[in-house]
Amino acid sequence: MAIREAEPLGSLREVKEAGLDREDLLGVYRNMVITRGIEERGHILYKQGKIPGSFYTGRGNEASAVGVATAMGPNDVGTPLHRDMGVHVTRGVEPWRIFAQYMGRYDGPTHGRDGNVHMADSNLGLIAMVSHLPAMLPVAVGCALAFRIRDESRVAVGWYGEGASARGDAHEAMNFAGVRQLPVVFICDNNQWAYSTPAHLEYACEHLADRAQAYGFEGVVVDGTDVLAVYRETKRAIEKARAGGGPTLIESLTLRMEGHAVHDDAFYVPKEMFEEWAKNDPIERFRTWLYQHAELTEGEEDEISAGVKKLLNDALSRAEESPLPDPAKLADGVYATPEDLDTPHHK
Amino acid sequence: MSEKTYLQAISDGLREEMRRDKRVFVIGEDIGVYGGAFKVTLGFQEEFGAWRVIDAPLSETAIIGGCTGAAIMGMRPVAEMQFADFISCAWDQLVTVAAKQRWRAGTPVPITVRLPSGGGFSGGPFHSQNPESSFAHIPGLKVICPATPEDAKGLLASAIQDPNPCLYFEHKHLYRRIKAEVPDERYETPFGKARVHQEGDDLTVITWGAMVYTAEEAAQQLNDDGVSVEILDLRTLVPWDKQAVLESVRKTSKVLVLHEDTHTGGFGGEIAATIAEEAFEDLDAPVKRLTAPDTPVPFSPQLEKAFIPQVEDVVASLRNLAEY
Repeated sequence: MAIREAEPLGSLREVKEAGLDREDLLGVYRNMVITRGIEERGHILYKQGKIPGSFYTGRGNEASAVGVATAMGPNDVGTPLHRDMGVHVTRGVEPWRIFAQYMGRYDGPTHGRDGNVHMADSNLGLIAMVSHLPAMLPVAVGCALAFRIRDESRVAVGWYGEGASARGDAHEAMNFAGVRQLPVVFICDNNQWAYSTPAHLEYACEHLADRAQAYGFEGVVVDGTDVLAVYRETKRAIEKARAGGGPTLIESLTLRMEGHAVHDDAFYVPKEMFEEWAKNDPIERFRTWLYQHAELTEGEEDEISAGVKKLLNDALSRAEESPLPDPAKLADGVYATPEDLDTPHHK
Repeated sequence: MSEKTYLQAISDGLREEMRRDKRVFVIGEDIGVYGGAFKVTLGFQEEFGAWRVIDAPLSETAIIGGCTGAAIMGMRPVAEMQFADFISCAWDQLVTVAAKQRWRAGTPVPITVRLPSGGGFSGGPFHSQNPESSFAHIPGLKVICPATPEDAKGLLASAIQDPNPCLYFEHKHLYRRIKAEVPDERYETPFGKARVHQEGDDLTVITWGAMVYTAEEAAQQLNDDGVSVEILDLRTLVPWDKQAVLESVRKTSKVLVLHEDTHTGGFGGEIAATIAEEAFEDLDAPVKRLTAPDTPVPFSPQLEKAFIPQVEDVVASLRNLAEY
């Protein structure tokens, strides 16, 4: 059960076999464009002083995030991280709520109580991340445990990065998932830099996916700038888990194309590295593929661009109208009430 | 009613919750085939199967994080830490994830963590601690410390049904030593309602867990001196019954706060501060604290006796207060 290096994206026919028709592909492209658009506008908002605290983006990770989320079923759940805005977009979080979140407004998913990508809509099967990475991996494994106990054909997806791979939570989560062969897929967003620390100072094996074998399941390395390859590998892993085949670790290789956060100019990343990976921009790459393999027309591309532009402009206006949270309600909801359990999951 | 040990009451309470609520499962180290280090879950795996009585690897983080995920998916997990001391390994999952999830993300995390705590058996620094005060400081967690078999069963039922992360500290020194009548039917003992362990007029001892019985023995000696001691068992630290404490303070005007946890930052400080803020005029003496000293829990019996407040220590403190 050595690791496998996933093949690159193929023809339209191959993609269809993997479960996506042309309409779906345009949807995937649109979600990637929305994801980047949200984060680019976030940058502007930050510079305008409208975002308190810091601001994080996932530039370069759009294919990985959208690809994984596209492969998830409607009843599957996940714990996406700060480079995975594309997961929230694909699962259906409305962009105006994301902008409200950025700006600490009431209509953000956390109502101003937490910032940036620290959010999730549980009705969409997502669980909000914490800063302590990879603390959400054991939580994802716990979701899978619930599915296994109840004998449901649902799968949990847990994200972490190559930096967080150095922490014990990753080991405990993967070990437990392997021992019990739980329906969980681990996605390692390996963007090669944990803040300023390069990958070779985080781990000493060749690939992080190598570790899967030690936990008793399959590891796959995929080019994280190739949305279709990410989709295909995740789909495969999710269906395997759903069928009782246990976990898979997918290492998605990308480069973090910006600093750790907006304050960080990433001077420590060699320029050539950025130049090299810029050639593999996930959105450019997929657009080219769509032209070559799916007969994307300029008209269609323009329509998507214009649609996204309008969506995000409207979203920004709506978010700016969202009220600030009420300080008088700060202490509300520290403790849940029985009525709070009246959610789809708890019913 | 039937007479049960504290341990049997916990076990029976847990079994009853598992029988009536399919969402409840237990997970921990050596709890299945072996029945748990203290045998609380003895026979559970035979009755409920290996997927509701889960032998976990030695992974406290995965246990608590796993419970959190399962709870968010609608289960009612009950985790056993083999010893309360080991909860430190899962601090992040409890404090960073579970405690804050409802407030910041709207997602309740109804988990119960059973924590065999307390010293008295030469368990040494890592099998004897009472870390309840550390967790009482964390908004979002509830802290439960039953002292009697009846409360052990009723508070466990409440914890399992509560929509929040509940830390249930079961004192090891009470497991087989304390026996009392326990109602046979199911009941929930509400959080935040202190129990008057014994009524008295002259002094109040505010305490919880095993110290309730230390206080009781000491109070008997004071009774021989003609001093009547009221013992208030808080039952839960979060939430804690401020009203009952203030009422007792108003009645006796002299207070000893007693706990087995260490001194600085111990929950006794919170109680003493609240009394000073809200009942200063009712006091006839400064609020006295009697706690373990600020050291790790020692191993040698000689040292451990010097660490855990003993009956004679309580007697001395109470006599001081009585004479003030």
